[in-house]
Amino acid sequence: MKVSLFVTCVVDQVFPQVGIAMAEVLERLGYEVDFPQDQTCCGQPAFNSGYPEEARTVARHFLDVFRDSEYVVVPSGSCTSMITHHYEEIFKDDSKRLEETHRLAPRVWEFSRFLLEVAKAEDVGARYDGVVTYHDSCHALRELRIKNGPRRLLAKVDGLTLREMDAAEECCGFGGTFSIKFPEVSGAMARTKIDSIRKTEASAVVSIDSSCLMQLQGVIDRLGLPIRTLHLAEVLASR
Amino acid sequence: MTGAPSETIKQTLDDPRLQLAIYTASGRLMDHRATAVSAGALPEYQDLRTQANLIKKHTIENLDYYLEQLEANVLAHGGQVIFCKDGEEVADFVLGLAKKNDARLIVKSKSMTSEEIHFNERLEHHHLEAVETDLGEYILQLAHQRPYHIVAPALHMTRYDVADVFTKRLGVEKEVVPENQTKIARAVLREKFLQADIGVTGANFLIADSGAVVVVENEGNARLSSSTPKIHIAVAGIEKLIPRAQDLAVFLDLLGRSATGQPLTVYTSFLSGPRRGEEVDGPDQFYLVLLDNGRTKLLTDPEKRQSLYCIRCGACLNHCPVYRKIGGHNYPWVYSGPIGAIITPQFHSITEDGWLPFASSLCGACAEVCPVKIEIPKLLLKLRSEVTEAKRRQGAGGLERLAFQMFAWVMAHPKIYLLAGRMGALLAPLVPPVGPLKKWASQRTLPRPAKQSFHQLWAARKSK
Amino acid sequence: MPAPLSAPLLRGPRFNRDLYVQTFVQRFEKLGGKAFVVPDAAAAIPQLAALLDGKRVVASNAPFLKACGITGLTQVESGFTDRDALRDACAAADIGITSADYALAETGTLVMLSSRQEARLISLLPPVHVAIVPRSRILANLDELLSVLSKPAEQSSSMVLITGPSRTADIEQILVRGVHGPGEIYAVIVEN
Repeated sequence: MKVSLFVTCVVDQVFPQVGIAMAEVLERLGYEVDFPQDQTCCGQPAFNSGYPEEARTVARHFLDVFRDSEYVVVPSGSCTSMITHHYEEIFKDDSKRLEETHRLAPRVWEFSRFLLEVAKAEDVGARYDGVVTYHDSCHALRELRIKNGPRRLLAKVDGLTLREMDAAEECCGFGGTFSIKFPEVSGAMARTKIDSIRKTEASAVVSIDSSCLMQLQGVIDRLGLPIRTLHLAEVLASR
Repeated sequence: MTGAPSETIKQTLDDPRLQLAIYTASGRLMDHRATAVSAGALPEYQDLRTQANLIKKHTIENLDYYLEQLEANVLAHGGQVIFCKDGEEVADFVLGLAKKNDARLIVKSKSMTSEEIHFNERLEHHHLEAVETDLGEYILQLAHQRPYHIVAPALHMTRYDVADVFTKRLGVEKEVVPENQTKIARAVLREKFLQADIGVTGANFLIADSGAVVVVENEGNARLSSSTPKIHIAVAGIEKLIPRAQDLAVFLDLLGRSATGQPLTVYTSFLSGPRRGEEVDGPDQFYLVLLDNGRTKLLTDPEKRQSLYCIRCGACLNHCPVYRKIGGHNYPWVYSGPIGAIITPQFHSITEDGWLPFASSLCGACAEVCPVKIEIPKLLLKLRSEVTEAKRRQGAGGLERLAFQMFAWVMAHPKIYLLAGRMGALLAPLVPPVGPLKKWASQRTLPRPAKQSFHQLWAARKSK
Repeated sequence: MPAPLSAPLLRGPRFNRDLYVQTFVQRFEKLGGKAFVVPDAAAAIPQLAALLDGKRVVASNAPFLKACGITGLTQVESGFTDRDALRDACAAADIGITSADYALAETGTLVMLSSRQEARLISLLPPVHVAIVPRSRILANLDELLSVLSKPAEQSSSMVLITGPSRTADIEQILVRGVHGPGEIYAVIVEN
């Protein structure tokens, strides 16, 4: 069985190890992993900043690159929901591309959901010694309705203790260009989140979205705290 | 971002007392709501939301029909209906009525609609005293401040602030115990209720099939405002309509629970005109003032008119991580939080308030709790593209537009993207944080591009 | 004419009818009120004697109050038909006694329609409100009320649902009772 990776631009340029981890887990489960080289981005940054035309340009490229993929697996809730929930709006006046979206979107899977619902694997043979807490990233939670899945996967990791934080569902404050346009508010939101993480005394915070982790890590480093940020794929890949 | 009140936002963020007040007050309201709509307390909650959305959609899309029905029924019960285009027309009407009836004193219960049109200020210079009677609003009126929250107007004030206001404005000795402060206000306002010539209330709902206004409250001041004076005026936006009295079963269940966690507020008044027949008390005259003030403009937009479904519960404010940081006074209008963010640019100007739709991380918590299912994040996105388009027409925002055009071009050309990525990785350590990067860097350490992109790592992996 | 809206969503009762009194009492007291259940009209006064002792009381013109003997008590003023006289009496009174048109079990609510029998201000101006209600008037919930009374506007210019004593949390979110309306409320449910 073959799956295509859409690693997302953030993972590609900043956290490539997340993409490698995702590939390792999928291969461990017996999948042949393919990486269409021409992939770039889903277009979300332009769409969220109020530039639908520019978003369309990028989205068209995405549809072209993954046209023939049987499964597209994505280590990001927000990029996945961009494709499965917002391409509809982006292509509403382009019937050809809209049809392509309808054909491709059902084959696009956020990583944890792919593992549970397609690979039907809850235990992927991972081992991670330590206490972690989990951050529910907003698009994954509210648009894709991903809540228990990642927790079920973490529960099966040998040696791992999951400690829930208060306000696990509160936004980390990234919001893409929001963090650039309103940096102080964004920073304040991250600090509130980090207070919540500290209370759990976990040594790491796990999420299925790298942009959230990037936001949190930036403030964690600024505050000099001994907390790691880990993508779910990295935890599941560890032995 | 240009246009945003960055200074005052920063002040609010740097005030630990205020941050704590906003966070705990909104947090408490969130918890109360969660309990009240939990599967154990209200298993049919999601069905009610769907139903409320459908009723509002139907009503808003047939508003002229229901307005006619409402008017006919108000008239049938002895009341009068006055359609007002804006605050000035409302003030003209009230002043005319006051003059005709020799009225000097007005008592008012809480009404965001009246705040919207600066009702009290408009009457100020005409020898007409308008007193707010809701405790929070009364304190704000004395302090000359705007409400901080749709449901909890004085959220930002401490008992010491209240003590100061009372001492300064009422001349009483300093009193810091909330129970006693309430007693002071009760005594002062009771006199006003008993002497007032006119009582003005808002309306949470207008009932078309009954010619009635529904007013919900916890204190009793709306009941008093509509029962002791001889004249009762209800001021309401035209979007407050619902078709039938029986629809209240759905709406009242949602309103109290979403706002404060109460299945019903202490008083729910269903008022349909002046006193009748042998009723012992109640007003002699009833006027329903229906306000447009820009609502008809929103009605014409099929995508965004769902903004008018709002029943002013405040749940979106309580759940908004941005509101919980910047508070109500950093929003430019009387309506704050997510609902304020979507209606302010629609009522005012897309360019003047153009920063507002961007002051959101699009987390979607608001849409999840909106009892009438307004798609707030979707409308924020729509407004964002309208803002950039408006800027383009004005010849502004060129730099950002260029940046995103370049972004789109790079992302549509994989080889350029790969090159740009690697150049970024090489140059990043040399780039000082300037411009937008500087602001970002003020809050956090910048992420470093990886030495090798995934593309490169994958290629290396494959070759093994 | 717009396309018709679907029928109003009116939900049935959550409890069995014989649990109405119990449920009402529970909910009413949870709100901070005090509720009593008495076997018949004659038992109402003994239940309230201590509360009414030495107080200025205004009672509504509800026939049921007369049946309970309330209007016969010396400290009780009732029979008002003049608006100003009623208002002055209520403003000076310690306690206002009314009946109620309905009560709602699930929310501990009293429903009062303004009429010759029930004036608005009696349950509003005095700091204490007592409602004496025959058991038969207890309905399940708001949905049942609206099924029974689909157009309240046809009955009266004012229908008020009273759910607990007057309250506010406007100052530092601290709960204070008796802001403008009564801070103390009592319900006496008469079984027969």
